[in-house]
Amino acid sequence: MSAVHRLLTWLVEPGFASSAPVHVALVVGTVAATVSAVVGVFTVLRGQSFAGHALTDVAAAGGSGALLLGAGALSGFVVGGLLGAGAMDLVGVQRARGRDLATGVVLGVATGVTALVLYLDTTTRATAGTVQQVLFGSIFSVDAAVVPVSVALGAVAVAAVGALYRPLLLSSVDPELAAARGVPTRAVGVVFMGALSLAVGLSAVAIGAILSTALLVGPAAAALRATRRLGWAVVTAVVIGTVSTSLGVLFAYDSYYWAPGRRGLPVSFFVVALVVAAYGVSGLPARRRRRVPGTGR
Amino acid sequence: MTAPGAPVLELDGATVSLGGRTVLDQVSFAVDAGQFTGLIGSNGAGKTTLLRTVLGLQRLDAGSVRVLGRPLAKRSGDVGYVPQKVLLDPDMPLRAWDLVALGLDGHRFGIPMPSKRRADAVDAMVAAVGAEGFAGARVGRLSGGEQQRVLIAHALVSRPRLLLLDEPLANLDLHSAQEVVGLLARVSRQQHVAVLLSAHDINPLLPVMDRVVYIAGGRAVCGTTEEVIREDVLSALYRHHVDVLTVHGRILVIAGAADLEHLSLGHHEVVGPEQRRHLSLPPEPAGDGG
Repeated sequence: MSAVHRLLTWLVEPGFASSAPVHVALVVGTVAATVSAVVGVFTVLRGQSFAGHALTDVAAAGGSGALLLGAGALSGFVVGGLLGAGAMDLVGVQRARGRDLATGVVLGVATGVTALVLYLDTTTRATAGTVQQVLFGSIFSVDAAVVPVSVALGAVAVAAVGALYRPLLLSSVDPELAAARGVPTRAVGVVFMGALSLAVGLSAVAIGAILSTALLVGPAAAALRATRRLGWAVVTAVVIGTVSTSLGVLFAYDSYYWAPGRRGLPVSFFVVALVVAAYGVSGLPARRRRRVPGTGR
Repeated sequence: MTAPGAPVLELDGATVSLGGRTVLDQVSFAVDAGQFTGLIGSNGAGKTTLLRTVLGLQRLDAGSVRVLGRPLAKRSGDVGYVPQKVLLDPDMPLRAWDLVALGLDGHRFGIPMPSKRRADAVDAMVAAVGAEGFAGARVGRLSGGEQQRVLIAHALVSRPRLLLLDEPLANLDLHSAQEVVGLLARVSRQQHVAVLLSAHDINPLLPVMDRVVYIAGGRAVCGTTEEVIREDVLSALYRHHVDVLTVHGRILVIAGAADLEHLSLGHHEVVGPEQRRHLSLPPEPAGDGG
């Protein structure tokens, strides 16, 4: 047995590459991380992280409701997120001052509904795993049929952000500046909230509704600290998000072999821990660098 | 003026009400091609509303606004705009160069593709406002004067015929304000773009201004400085007696208690200790030599 082989089997426990749930987990996780990173960069730029978090709570209500009705969790997460985004727009998420209020109101209502529906879920269906699945995710139990749907929804969200790249950036810099350029800032904001709902829904399937904020805001915040160009920030965020998610899946799989009692630790914990580590590392160079003079382009 | 053709901007009886209050009351004036016009008035006089109306961001209740002889259309590349308060986040991953480029195509769909023409247009504009030295820095980390230059380049890069600026000198020290005014005068000549700039202090604009639009209580008078800044004209505008003083070539318009407050904010050299006591202004800050 070569040393390389021994190292590999130590890093990657046998069966990882051939396990069907692992394949599904990697695809769904990568899609969720990519969409969340792309959308997340603009979420942080626009100062809508709190709105993003509130959407995760609405998604939780939707996801648990869908399970109660016997539908897939993903459809519930996404529909819940979209309804939440619509509600926030109506209450006034577009106005900077109304934003916190709108978000807080929607968040409170959604969490209350989640509590009710999860209670009904666990009492009527006698499935104790529902709470864990909705709030903290169970990526290894995702149905393979979800894969094409999540890829399609992810593509829609990324395409929407790509199409609105410049108007979204300009209205994030200053809404008045964008309006003077002829950008329909309200419509741009509404479409963006839609993309945000999709990102949150996809992440909720991967690492749970509550923790999807971490995948949305964490990689984006780390990338924004590390680069001074938006394009690079998006690329960096995608790399941080997808690498954290894939490694999280690997570590969780491995943990079946070393964790006490052979129970396996949750993927969500590893993903969030890796994202936080990336955020910590991203602050190191920025601390030394001050204003960098440049020559354009 | 000698410029032929229709005026770049023409307001005729423009009237705007906000929340039951008449903010603009029958405002009429015209700006000709390449002209530098100062829009002067105290806070709350209606300057911002007027500029937003010209941009099509504020609906008219009566009257008309014509840009280049055409009725107002909402999205017009013919008008550049520098808003009053642009708070640029220091952590935003946006270089000064990128913000100028967004002035060219920020309203377009899709991710910007590298293009020689786009880059040349942006480089030329960055050079025209003297921003080459900090074009690669994060725009949110630049000084107020540097940001103002970048915002002017952003507004001008699409080569508009009219440039609107809302209080661009408000947060700048005297030196930076003079630099910005000089820059605007130079660029407006070079690119033949008309400038309509709002300010509460007329003095920094005196050397470059072709015409002045003086606005008070939503009503406006327009003409050359000599025609407008007179006690009889401004008293009629304010509907009460107004003093116009000229001290060492600087103009002071004293229309009421609120204006006295203004005087104390940037005219230490023209209002001496004697007058300050007389006008019951706060004492000079220490170390500010007259």
